[in-house]
Amino acid sequence: MKELRVQPIKNGTVIDHIPAGMALKVLHILGIPHKGAESIVSVAMNVRSKIMGKKDIVKVEDRELEPKEVDKIALIAPRATINIIRDYEVVEKHRVKLPKEVIGILKCPNPTCISNSNEPIESRFIVINDNPPRLRCYYCEREPDDIASRII
Amino acid sequence: MEFRNRDIISIKDFSKEEILHIIKTAKKFIPFAEGKKYSDALRGKILSSLFFEPSTRTRLSFESAMHRLGGSVIGVVETTTSSVKKGETLSDTVRMADAYSDVIVLRHSQEGAARLAAEFAEHPVINAGDGAGHHPTQCLLDLFTILNEKKRIEGLNIVLLGDLKYGRTVHSLAYALALFGANLTFVSPKTLEMPKEVVKECKNLGAKPKSTTVLEKAIKDADVLYVTRIQKERFPDPEEYNKVASSYRVDLSLLSKAKRNMIVMHPLPRVTEIAPEVDKTPHAVYFKQAFNGILVRMAILHLILGGKTR
Repeated sequence: MKELRVQPIKNGTVIDHIPAGMALKVLHILGIPHKGAESIVSVAMNVRSKIMGKKDIVKVEDRELEPKEVDKIALIAPRATINIIRDYEVVEKHRVKLPKEVIGILKCPNPTCISNSNEPIESRFIVINDNPPRLRCYYCEREPDDIASRII
Repeated sequence: MEFRNRDIISIKDFSKEEILHIIKTAKKFIPFAEGKKYSDALRGKILSSLFFEPSTRTRLSFESAMHRLGGSVIGVVETTTSSVKKGETLSDTVRMADAYSDVIVLRHSQEGAARLAAEFAEHPVINAGDGAGHHPTQCLLDLFTILNEKKRIEGLNIVLLGDLKYGRTVHSLAYALALFGANLTFVSPKTLEMPKEVVKECKNLGAKPKSTTVLEKAIKDADVLYVTRIQKERFPDPEEYNKVASSYRVDLSLLSKAKRNMIVMHPLPRVTEIAPEVDKTPHAVYFKQAFNGILVRMAILHLILGGKTR
């Protein structure tokens, strides 16, 4: 019998096909766990996958994440899938899609960019390519090479 | 084509047709810039001149342009006497200037400063240089100068020389020249090569830019030689600066290898990269180029502030 490392969830959201080792960054982008939140979050890392070799999975119980909320993880997990679970059944499934702009998630790699000063603004990047993700700073127009390392 | 209340942040915000319209408008201002005719097209309008970095030509020509059109100028010329010294953010300074004037001209040491200013200001913002970023009015006056001297840009062999890595004028200029169909050659020391993104952008516009470190070879077929200063202030490492500081010098001996009608341009200030002996030759157009700055800035102010037609 196949052993289940992480139990299926009754209600909530499963984020699947996260590149191996990126699960914690995905949680960070999603702001999980929220302060005071009580829902159970399970993380499985380096799970065997037919398509990806190895992958990470995140399960958030009793919370249905809005596509808009989750789409920004496409920055580091462009092939991730979002499954909404109700009563142990997958009722919705979609692939993440980057929004047109990514605000307040990354730090611009240019040390002399105005977004890295004490101005009352959030970092802002224009998405110029979905997969592989390519971004351009709205302010200084620099393109970060390593997006994952720029996540705030 | 709508210019009224538009921010002027980057040359990339403008189409070829819009750029040509600005240049055409600029030409009409020649007698006004020379003081032969008087205009009060912008009477009652106030320009805020916020220069957080040293500038002579850009600041003076913007202020002259505004005065020549009958408007007035208020401004901050050094940060030591302003509230910036007290730690005020740029956004707060901009909000204040926005309340006091009809247009803001901003020079700042940080890239993206003008975009930020445009977000906070209701009135139009003109970028007069943001760190190693953009300097669109310099680009426009460079295009104006080439068109005025050569009557075309398409098909011209244009050499961009010097600090192509940190020099803000050459990035926007390379883009604009590619947009207009020039044949580009980039000449620089290896460590100051044109950034890959700029080369890629030029290629996307259909240009096939060449890169070399040898000026003598590149100059033979050139119609325009655009020289830039190797800017000490942009170097993070002074040793890197010392290695390349006097890599190239344009002098009479070099010019003897060039076409007779090749023009030499420079955004100024120059240090040692153009010998003073070149000034008297017909090749030198850099002082005319500096004058053209007033024309282009008059045109922009007139267009975005909706100046009365004469």
